[in-house]
Amino acid sequence: MSILIFLDQADGHIKKASLEAASYGAAIALQTGTTAEAIVLGTVTEDLAALGIYGISKVHTVSNATLNQLDAQVYAKVIAEAAAASGATVIVFSNNLTGKAVAPRLSVRLKAGLVTGAVALPDTSNGFIVKKNVFSGKAFANVSINTAVKIISLNTNAYSITTKEGVAAVTEFATTVDTPKVQVTATNKVEGEVPLTEADIVISGGRGLKGPENWALVTDLAKLLGAATACSRPVADINWRPHHEHVGQTGIAIAPNLYFAIGISGAIQHLAGVNRSKTIVVINKDPEAPFFKAADYGIVGDAFEVMPKIIEAVKKLKAQ
Amino acid sequence: MKILVCISKTPDTTAKIAFADNNTKFAGEGVQWIINPYDEWYSLVRAIELKEADPSTVIHLITVAGADTDPIIRKALALGGDEAIRVNADSNDSFFIASQIAAVAASGNYDLIFTGKETIDYNGSSIGGMVAELLDMPYLSLASHLTLAGNTVTVVREIDGGEETNQVNLPVVVSCQKGMAEQRIPNMKGIMGARTKPLKVVEPQAVEPLTSIASFDLPPAKAGVKLVSADNPEELVRLLHEEAKVF
Ligand SMILES: Cc1cc2nc3c(=O)[nH]c(=O)nc-3n(C[C@H](O)[C@H](O)[C@H](O)COP(=O)(O)OP(=O)(O)OC[C@H]3O[C@@H](n4cnc5c(N)ncnc54)[C@H](O)[C@@H]3O)c2cc1C
Ligand SMILES: Nc1ncnc2c1ncn2[C@@H]1O[C@H](COP(=O)(O)O)[C@@H](O)[C@H]1O
Repeated sequence: MSILIFLDQADGHIKKASLEAASYGAAIALQTGTTAEAIVLGTVTEDLAALGIYGISKVHTVSNATLNQLDAQVYAKVIAEAAAASGATVIVFSNNLTGKAVAPRLSVRLKAGLVTGAVALPDTSNGFIVKKNVFSGKAFANVSINTAVKIISLNTNAYSITTKEGVAAVTEFATTVDTPKVQVTATNKVEGEVPLTEADIVISGGRGLKGPENWALVTDLAKLLGAATACSRPVADINWRPHHEHVGQTGIAIAPNLYFAIGISGAIQHLAGVNRSKTIVVINKDPEAPFFKAADYGIVGDAFEVMPKIIEAVKKLKAQ
Repeated sequence: MKILVCISKTPDTTAKIAFADNNTKFAGEGVQWIINPYDEWYSLVRAIELKEADPSTVIHLITVAGADTDPIIRKALALGGDEAIRVNADSNDSFFIASQIAAVAASGNYDLIFTGKETIDYNGSSIGGMVAELLDMPYLSLASHLTLAGNTVTVVREIDGGEETNQVNLPVVVSCQKGMAEQRIPNMKGIMGARTKPLKVVEPQAVEPLTSIASFDLPPAKAGVKLVSADNPEELVRLLHEEAKVF
């Protein structure tokens, strides 16, 4: 018996979202009296024994370069075999883009019930019940997994990374890796920018900013704070900002520690993508803007007057 | 070319979210239901565009739902598509739903199976991957662009921190998101035509669900916003630094 955590890597490094999954999986292991093991696919430059600090006792690697590129079909087969070999009863993924591609396939392969978007540790007092986000963050469902093997995909930023002392044993898992059917012909990563889905802080602008020429109010603050930038749907639709910045019901859903919204009304469809943020700050000149109801901090004021002063104050703070 | 488009219904995006029967059921009375936006705006419209480019294309719609979903599926048919199949079952279990779709797809010889990125009510983002695994097909998740050339499909899909272009031979399952197509409004001709398009009802396969919803809860209400005067924005920065400790 064990808990198996899938650790997603990019360019040889384990992603932060996967370290959250590792901490979460280790906590389930502690709760159910078993050990936490991890699986890493592809070639990794990081010292994997150091993953012991997240509570992982063993890391299974399949260091085959074919796996440096995600093919969900190939991944699911390898993970299924490793899960069987390590006697995994619970398999944990991050509910990031890799998790969304692979976990459903694994669920079918192992006939293991899957809950995606988990936000808390499972309740194992009576059965196995996992709390997940539903209705785009407007509610939670407590879902019972009714199979012997269970799969959980943990929402990003829903569980804090915890560390202690420890060293993991690293062993290569011998298996055959299929040839992917899918060919990757181009990869286009937004260089130098913080990816929206992984950012701790997100600065976002809406139609209240009047035009793309005013976006320095958003990007200057983002640069100072090492933050990612986002926008409301109409802003992307009228091409003031690139489409990949659109957050909300029909865009990307994010859950940063700080979501800073400038000139955004806070329509329910916008909130659906950002309401899981830990702290929400709203700058809007309309005191009736619905966003204030969902906010933790706010200023009722003109962004063109308020934002330059905020940027100055942050500059001063950073210089200290 | 034969395309299967998966259609699900969800409460309108502005619907009040409340629960009934001791918080075990969504309180659906009086709620306006819509086609899940990802299914309507992106996957269905892209399928229609492919048919416009090659009129020999056949589009089937599928939904796994009770008879109360017929108006939604008719609305989807009004946008386009040749016929619809409704698997007569109500379930929240992704594996159950995916198994029903896969069973229909297995005998239908589809080249392309489209799903939406996720349902905006249960937010599973699971059905596409499950259908692909059940049919042993490749799965291209979160596609924002798709082109066809003979037997090869090229898709741009979202990955963490960027995009990737993928190529694969048909058949394939694709989950669709923003970028795939532009939202369309059904016209009068489409609405009239949809009335006479076939809507086949089939009974579900016996499949044991893997999960069940025990209960729902609503998130705790926010404590309320702390407003800072517009004359003193520096105070907001101080609060975020010292109180909220977010930077
Ligand atoms: C099915 C569906 C799905 C949708 N999905 C999404 C989605 O995913 N994401 C999304 O964002 N929207 C989505 N929408 C659209 C959504 O309903 C709103 O129309 C949209 O979010 C509004 O964008 P906005 O706040 O930027 O613009 P507006 O509604 O025009 O608001 C601009 C705000 O800026 C304020 N303002 C103006 N000038 C200033 C100033 N000088 N200083 C400070 N404040 C100022 C105004 O008071 C106002 O509150 C969806 C709609 C539907 C129907
Ligand atoms: N009951 C259903 N019937 C048909 N298709 C569905 C159903 N539920 C979900 N889907 C499809 O699967 C996609 C992803 O749903 P989900 O995995 O539940 O988030 C949706 O966008 C639909 O295209």
